[in-house]
Amino acid sequence: MATLLLQDGSIIKGNSFGAIGAYEGEIVFNTSIVGYQEILTDPSYAGQIIVMTYPEIGNYGINNTDFESDKPALLGFVVKNVSQVESHYQSRDTLTQYLKSKNIVALDNIDTRSLVKKIREYGTMAAYITSSDLDVFQINEKLEKLNNFYTKKDIILDVSPKQKYEFNNDGKINMAFIDYGAKKGILNSLAKRGCKLTVFPATVSAQEILEGNFDALFLSNGPGDPANYTFQIAQIKELMGNLPIFGICLGYQLLALAAGASTYKLKYGHRGANHPVFNLENQKVIMTSQNHGYAVDINSITAIMRPTYINLNDRTLEGFEISGQRVYAVQFHPEANPGPKDAEIIFDEWINIARRDIIRINEVKNER
Amino acid sequence: MKDKSLKKVLVIGSGPIVIGQAAEFDYAGTQACRALREEGIEIVLVNSNPATIMTDEGIADKVYIEPLTLDCLSEIIIKERPQGLIATLGGQTGLNLACELYDSGILNEYKVRLLGTNIESIKKAEDRELFKNLMNEINEPIPDSAIVSSYEEAYQFYEKIGFPIIIRPAFTLGGSGGGIARNGKEYEEIVHSGLMQSPINQVLVEKSIAGFKEIEYEVIRDANDTCIIICNMENIDPIGIHTGDSFVVAPSQTLTNNEYQMLRSSAIKIARALKIEGGCNVQFALDTTSNQYYVIEVNPRVSRSSALASKATGYPIAKISTKIAVGYNLYEIKNPITNKTAAFEPALDYIVTKIPKWPFDKFSSGDRILGTKMKATGEIMAIGRTFNSSFKKAVASLEERYTGLLHRGFEQLSNDDLLCELSIQDDRRIFRLAQALYNNNEINTLCTITKIDKWFIAKIKEIVDMEKTLSCEELTRELYIKAKQFGFLDSEIMLLTGATEETLAAFEVEASFRIVDTCAAEFEATTPYFYSTYNEFDEVEEYKKSLEEEYKNSRGTILVLGSGPIRIGQGIEFDYCSVHAARQLISQGWEAVMVNSNPETLSTDFDIATRLYFEPMNIEYIMNIVKKENPKGVLVQFGGQTAINLAEKLDKEGIKILGTSIKSINATEDRKIFEKLLKELRIPQPKGCAVTSATAALSAVKELNYPVLVRPSYVIGGRGMQVVYNDEELLTYITEALKFSNEHPVLIDQYIEGMEVELDAISDGRDILIPGICEHIERAGVHSGDSMSIYPSQNISKKNERILVNYATRIAQKLNIKGLMNIQFIIKDDKVYVIEVNPRASRTVPIMSKVTGIPMTKIAVDAILGKSIRRAGFGVGLYRKTNLVSVKMPVFSWQKLNRIDPALAPEMKSTGEVLGVDTTYKRALYKAFLAGGHKFSKSKQRVLVSLNDHCKKPALPMLRRLFRQGFFIMATWGTHKFLEKNGIPSKMIEKFMIDKLQKRMKDGRLSFIINTPTTGKNSQNAGFKIRTIAQMYCIPSFTSIDTANAFLCAYRVFDKNTELTYDTITNYRKKSFLDIFK
Repeated sequence: MATLLLQDGSIIKGNSFGAIGAYEGEIVFNTSIVGYQEILTDPSYAGQIIVMTYPEIGNYGINNTDFESDKPALLGFVVKNVSQVESHYQSRDTLTQYLKSKNIVALDNIDTRSLVKKIREYGTMAAYITSSDLDVFQINEKLEKLNNFYTKKDIILDVSPKQKYEFNNDGKINMAFIDYGAKKGILNSLAKRGCKLTVFPATVSAQEILEGNFDALFLSNGPGDPANYTFQIAQIKELMGNLPIFGICLGYQLLALAAGASTYKLKYGHRGANHPVFNLENQKVIMTSQNHGYAVDINSITAIMRPTYINLNDRTLEGFEISGQRVYAVQFHPEANPGPKDAEIIFDEWINIARRDIIRINEVKNER
Repeated sequence: MKDKSLKKVLVIGSGPIVIGQAAEFDYAGTQACRALREEGIEIVLVNSNPATIMTDEGIADKVYIEPLTLDCLSEIIIKERPQGLIATLGGQTGLNLACELYDSGILNEYKVRLLGTNIESIKKAEDRELFKNLMNEINEPIPDSAIVSSYEEAYQFYEKIGFPIIIRPAFTLGGSGGGIARNGKEYEEIVHSGLMQSPINQVLVEKSIAGFKEIEYEVIRDANDTCIIICNMENIDPIGIHTGDSFVVAPSQTLTNNEYQMLRSSAIKIARALKIEGGCNVQFALDTTSNQYYVIEVNPRVSRSSALASKATGYPIAKISTKIAVGYNLYEIKNPITNKTAAFEPALDYIVTKIPKWPFDKFSSGDRILGTKMKATGEIMAIGRTFNSSFKKAVASLEERYTGLLHRGFEQLSNDDLLCELSIQDDRRIFRLAQALYNNNEINTLCTITKIDKWFIAKIKEIVDMEKTLSCEELTRELYIKAKQFGFLDSEIMLLTGATEETLAAFEVEASFRIVDTCAAEFEATTPYFYSTYNEFDEVEEYKKSLEEEYKNSRGTILVLGSGPIRIGQGIEFDYCSVHAARQLISQGWEAVMVNSNPETLSTDFDIATRLYFEPMNIEYIMNIVKKENPKGVLVQFGGQTAINLAEKLDKEGIKILGTSIKSINATEDRKIFEKLLKELRIPQPKGCAVTSATAALSAVKELNYPVLVRPSYVIGGRGMQVVYNDEELLTYITEALKFSNEHPVLIDQYIEGMEVELDAISDGRDILIPGICEHIERAGVHSGDSMSIYPSQNISKKNERILVNYATRIAQKLNIKGLMNIQFIIKDDKVYVIEVNPRASRTVPIMSKVTGIPMTKIAVDAILGKSIRRAGFGVGLYRKTNLVSVKMPVFSWQKLNRIDPALAPEMKSTGEVLGVDTTYKRALYKAFLAGGHKFSKSKQRVLVSLNDHCKKPALPMLRRLFRQGFFIMATWGTHKFLEKNGIPSKMIEKFMIDKLQKRMKDGRLSFIINTPTTGKNSQNAGFKIRTIAQMYCIPSFTSIDTANAFLCAYRVFDKNTELTYDTITNYRKKSFLDIFK
């Protein structure tokens, strides 16, 4: 019997099907029906334990193409029923073997629906996941400890690259990309649209970006509380107005903070592939892939920020732009992976903005 | 925003239930009407199907029970002047009619807007050529194909592509007329029948991609171009079997995110290109070894799959489609479950399995092979937290003798034979697969043979292995829980382990119920929509607590049992009754708890009853609900034979059966008791007896004399009933029947060939109310569900009417009937015999409610709950006749089922019915034939007549009439001689020159066939062949001289150039005779 302990005092027993071990982390749930491989390897889940609401997981195994990063950044994985067989022509590994090899503790035979309701009611909370059975004494000790749990402040450093590197050298648009724990899907989406990416660690200074003489800057997704990242916010502030800046998820939150707005922690976050987002411009609704625990306070936005997208479920802000400073950002994930491709068009819009900007600059240069 | 100019909207229903178009459109149409009503829009509804809920006067403002023909619809439009028309909720019938109305110019002339998806889009999706062009334009892959209108063109395509080739006729429902051809002979046959069945004489021939995965997406799009997916579904059976005949799961189980999204994006792209406004369904084929996919088909309307998707997710597709049709955008509409936006995609935290219900148990001679032509009459759905439990529950929902996957007779085959048979694609394939797994065959081998995905096979193996474990290991509490989580029934576990009920009870394991909430618990939802699982937290208590305030004045809970899947003999009429029963309970202050397993019906909409349990109609599952709900009692008389069959078991468990007692139910079903009862009441009945051996049968007929009626006891829809004329036939029957079921004896009755009469009554134990008496057109010997019947009766004397009422009253009082009752009589030589009493709602309750205006189910529920019938306001005894005349006509689905003899018999074969309503019998009769799809033509053509010996003489008046009405009679040898003798000219035709006949039929040179069958079920005889070929070419064949006579009578109305008028059922009831002469 493996054990899951929650900060609200819940003691949940299940079967261990992943690695032997134990972790303490924040427990969150994801409502995606497909895409467990992408979810497992999304770096934004760093330090977290994921509960899948969809009950049958592992059906199509693990393949070589659907990784969002080289290794999972999450700590634990909780499901109702893990598939004992995998069936897919691309599959090269079972989910069970993969989790074991990546040292992820995983539990199945869990009443996940009830667990999700606990999280929904209590809010995102600390949890302890272990592949072993605990006695009463151990349980009490661990539960006690959970009350003092906090996610470490610099968690982006765990998932951000240590060194800068280049991606897609053939690209025509010279784009700087700050990787706070980026999903590969974002890099690929940009590369596919002709961007040559210079990928920087989260610790990069504004100066270094400016010196690179880039056509545009992209701020990626990543884990953690955005308000903690004061260094990064300061760099962004310095960069705003100098070149077009685009942001997704954490990148969006940091841009909002840099523009003077504030962020807050959502009760239980948005994690799933069915979040309806309303485009304020054309009144269309798109289904988006989301993974965030924090949101930009819609009441805190400053005069220069123009809201572009709203979440229809809870009316939270999902996107804004500062056209004067060529800043464009969304909370959700246009690269999907997993999830609907409805928002993919946003990359096209942004790339067009970057292109137009290049043309404008060239014209200015020529006039001189 | 809502289009404020819409004040009145016309809704077209889907007509009679046929294979491919069942209760799902009553569900969709009714939901649409309710949505329109919310908007304050006046609704004009037209449907020829009287058994539907949508044709209730409480659902629409103006209800026309009239033929779904261009003429009729045009007249109604001219009369009602609606501003809009919704056609995408009435199935293929509604859609085709809308196209016809549009093409005829009526819509334009009277400024009727087609709401929702527009006509160009409908045509683009439906017309094979336009669709192909559109797909090419937007770069969506479709399999190589050609549209042909002759066999020659089809042959050219074959030369290019080779076999196998799929043939799909344009504009037909449920793929009728289509199929897969693997050789030239099959190809020619299917292309011909397809061309014949397509109203535009067009078929699509297409490269077969059999073996690909079949995946469906349910799409909703609004006019502002927001486009979402409600649900995707994966067929367990690969491409090659019609999706209506496939085992289906929702959501897909074997697709990666990339595949899921690739197809999702494609579905959305297609819906956008077609400018769909409302619901639409896109079907894909996906390769199993690459990401190559093909678009197979698009339905630009609400479909059977969308009904399934609605029930699988909780998202009301028809309702939302209607809101979109009247002008709303998705973001302006609320999801009634979460009170959040309807512009979202449901997240599921359970698995749904759908299994079709086929009619092969009734049609034992039928061709069970499944292909591109749908054969199932209905379906069941089951919800489980895991695939295993969902699948296992689904199998238990089929209401078959066996609830499990094994012990289906395949254990007797050698493994080699079994593997050989495994490649047969028929309704029993999954059970062969289970047996093959039991025999320890490799999963991969089975995968190769069946082309079913390895994942599904492995999962089914888990179920089979569990069965093995149970039969060899000691039953611990842990193992018991696991088995229950897999969906095993206690009865199965006891059988496998030898454990007793007490042992299982001692484990103290109870089912827990979970909520279907569209959002996987992400948001708080209080949907009263539950399914069972094990070893999880129960949400019923929590739910009830949250609504304590609302139900503080509740009088208690009453369980209403639904009727399970639609099948021959148990159709939509019982859903009508269950829904009304639940609504009446609620209106009387009770909490109504509905249990049903049918996703196509209105009863399984979560806002019909107070609470809905989507569960198998099986005693164990129902007892789990009883334990949770603690009902004051259960209503069994509205759910057809399914519910009645559960009554005794529930009674044994100590559950109060409300209404007519179990003892009385048994008295009507147990032959001996019933016989004694009628004897006591001195009510005549045909002589008969029950036998359990061939010898007993032979000695019985010595007393009864041939012909006799034979049937098994305890039946649904007269299964296995037959008239036999000699010893040989009798012996064949008895041997077969005893093999089928040796628990119950075979019943042998004297066969009285008189007029059959039927009535429905409501009784409170003291008084009875009889809304009306119906007279059958066909003489006794044809199942009541297959006979045409007239209300009010036209040929019963006042004296006999009094006798009928008197018999009914005495039977009701004697049995202390509380609620509904149906009695069938035969009148012969002025003597009335009682042949059957059904102490429950019957097939005719919806019809009688509508033609008389008496809300029978409501009054019945009140009577059951103790209210006197006298207080209902309709008096007692026989209600006064209304001024309308209605003729009910059965509708069959012959085109879908091969090798089935269309001859009418005591065994029911029809799938649905239509009602012709007018002020005179003849007009009503004519309307009934029109509604039933019969064609009338001014240029008189050939009629083939072939009669058996005992029919010839009684047929003479009809034959004279046939000749007088100007038909050219062709007759087989015996009939020709008979005609000659009686001075009626005819041309003799060799019975055995089938080919020549077939050519005539193919060329459309035969109007219809009158062919009374020789006895026996010999499928080799010529009559059978003629009838089945006629089926193929859609040529009506009348197998009863009475039906033929009625048809000629209707033809007479047509010949006289009678101008039909159309009116609402309400007005017809009110019409006085004087109006007719105005």
